[in-house]
Amino acid sequence: MSLWEYANPRKFMATTERLVVPLFLLAALCLGTGLTWGFFFAPDDFRQGSTVRIIYLHVPSAMMAINVWVMMLIASLIWLIRRHHVSALAAKAAAPVGVAMTLMALFTGAVWGQPMWGSWWEWDPRLTSFLILFLFYLGYIALWSSVENPDTAADLTSMLCLVGSVFALLSRYAVNFWSQGLHQAASLSLDGDVNISNEFWLPLVVSIAGFVVLFIALVLLRTRCEIRLRRVRALELRERMT
Amino acid sequence: MMPDLGAYAFEVALAYAGSFVILVVIIGLSVMQAVRAKRLLDETERRIPDA
Repeated sequence: MSLWEYANPRKFMATTERLVVPLFLLAALCLGTGLTWGFFFAPDDFRQGSTVRIIYLHVPSAMMAINVWVMMLIASLIWLIRRHHVSALAAKAAAPVGVAMTLMALFTGAVWGQPMWGSWWEWDPRLTSFLILFLFYLGYIALWSSVENPDTAADLTSMLCLVGSVFALLSRYAVNFWSQGLHQAASLSLDGDVNISNEFWLPLVVSIAGFVVLFIALVLLRTRCEIRLRRVRALELRERMT
Repeated sequence: MMPDLGAYAFEVALAYAGSFVILVVIIGLSVMQAVRAKRLLDETERRIPDA
């Protein structure tokens, strides 16, 4: 069985119909567990105090803000190279979820920054690149809705997605590229020396899993919605022509 | 049951409340749009039968 079979909307709809509800339930379970664990049972940090609890929202949402754009980039490349409509619609479906994740990362970061840095906002490389990524998400959604022809819209938004990928990468690596600004380096790493301790790490990993599963569930649900709307449009066009 | 959030209780509560609102909005909008699209397609298919 090939992955490309799911480029067929009928096959995609039939397969995902059974997945959406279980994925939402799994996301609720992971998010409920991770956030309850982090909020109620994880200890305070010796420097950050109780604000360390904000990482269970901030780190997963920031990771997803970047990774949603990466998913949109892959889907856009598939559209540009192989012209599979489902991939273009999946990229379109993911964008509002990316907006929500980026907004959450910016919001929780600002709320954490006020007591820790003494400022809601700083023109720090990572914060600034995140803000630009947020604006790219809004521009991407606006471009989809401003072009009448869906194939032209998919072409143009795919190109915008390629350009915006620079800022998605910058958002991730800004701390490494410029050794200035307030934002610290990654909290999670494959390098054991810089990882946070297990009592913070375990609820964080469960929370990240919840955000990932929620994203998959939302993208499947929204892609199914886009496929249905595309079908409505095709039927109405056919009615007008007959 | 409520943990002692000390001097930062407002910030922690605000971060959780704001994030909860964002999650509810994106999930709610997605579900509403999906329900509306399904209803619209059902009506359209009834009106314009597939060839």
